[in-house]
Amino acid sequence: MSSGSSGGRLVVVGASLAGLRAVEAARRDGFTGEIVLVGDEPHLPYDRPPLSKAFLEDDSAPEPTYQPPSHFADLDVDLRLGTRATALDPVARLVATAGGEIRYDQLVIATGSTARTLPGLEGLPGVHVLRTLDDARGLRQALDLAGRVVVVGAGFIGSEVASSARKRGLSVTVLEAAQVPLERALGPEMGGAVSALHAANGTDLRCGVGVQGIHQGSTGLRVEATDGSSFDADLVVVGVGADPATEWLEGSGLELKDGIVCDATLSAGFPGVYAAGDVARWFNRDFDVEMRLEHWTSAAEQGAIAARNAVTGACGEYRTVPYFWSDWYDRRIQFVGVPTADHVTVVTGDPAEGRFVALFRSGSRLAGALCVGYPAHTMKYRRLIGAAASWEDGLAFADSRR
Amino acid sequence: MKLSEDQLMKIELDRTKCTGIGMCESVAPDFFEIDDDGELVVLRDAVDGAEVADVEAAVLACPTAALRLRP
Repeated sequence: MSSGSSGGRLVVVGASLAGLRAVEAARRDGFTGEIVLVGDEPHLPYDRPPLSKAFLEDDSAPEPTYQPPSHFADLDVDLRLGTRATALDPVARLVATAGGEIRYDQLVIATGSTARTLPGLEGLPGVHVLRTLDDARGLRQALDLAGRVVVVGAGFIGSEVASSARKRGLSVTVLEAAQVPLERALGPEMGGAVSALHAANGTDLRCGVGVQGIHQGSTGLRVEATDGSSFDADLVVVGVGADPATEWLEGSGLELKDGIVCDATLSAGFPGVYAAGDVARWFNRDFDVEMRLEHWTSAAEQGAIAARNAVTGACGEYRTVPYFWSDWYDRRIQFVGVPTADHVTVVTGDPAEGRFVALFRSGSRLAGALCVGYPAHTMKYRRLIGAAASWEDGLAFADSRR
Repeated sequence: MKLSEDQLMKIELDRTKCTGIGMCESVAPDFFEIDDDGELVVLRDAVDGAEVADVEAAVLACPTAALRLRP
């Protein structure tokens, strides 16, 4: 047993990846107290990345549940699904839920994100978002009957949906309000280079085009765009990003600033309270900057570290070289590091061929690497960035792989 | 401490689950490498006592639960 590990009651709010990893880590670290895992969805924890990929492409793809109920019984976790947390009192150490109050000694908040919608279009038949398993079930069913799909937003989710719909042979138009897609994730140059995959695979991507309105017509939906054009569709998927699910914490005293403000150990500033996953805005010492990530890897790692710190009283810092991947049209897009850069250059391959590596420079340092169709390179750059490699080190590695 | 043969652990890879995301290579590059086709190559599958922690971390980091470490 780890030193300092104790009993008491650990409450984990949010039963997705970070929450799952939190309860597993607490037990692995020898925590013998009570564990309560609260999730607002009715489902056992499941893996989200497949929902916009394999699950949509193929009606026979299984639901990506992580673990059977016996896993939680084995861990002696009191699983409370279909239970939404509604408020937190970090002084009295109480979480209010739809099913009553839960007292905690240690708390991990891992409530994830909520998909953004377009104002006025919520609940319109045929207009979908994609965040949850229920969303994915509904969308998959709708895709079975669709011929023409309009995707609003050319971010990663929208682009993966577009790719899945193309694989089904559907006609796909993507409307992106910004002039360049993925600018925040990849910078302007590389956002454009990656988005060229759409045209190469028969998806009609329109940039600088927002949605004015969507109307039910006689032959389906009609999407009116801000540039005066319009598009007929059998279904519309809105992929315009997600917001950290922290509304329930308003008034709790926790500092909220596009996420829960945490220190380098994921502590949210009140005794025993930690955050993990999409909701955590924490200080990443690898880059000396505050960040909030919506990536699979950071949710998994933060869940484990937050729980360990909560139950053992350890002060482990979470530091990471951010990593995410996305699969479009059988092409894997991987990014490691941070995209804030003063210089970006293609070092391997050619964006015109849809296969390349680009390096991101910040000062004298290698800050990021984008690998499109070069999976063998990705983790080598991740390790270089983690070791604070210089820009020249990055270029030298690229040379060695030519 | 010298480890005897029977303390070796063995890496098992389930290729039906692996999708080549590469977290294992990031965590334990002496054991795992993604090749040019995106396939995982297990560089060596025998793990001695001193290396178990690294490989366990790689197993835990796998987003598709494709790796196991067995006695």
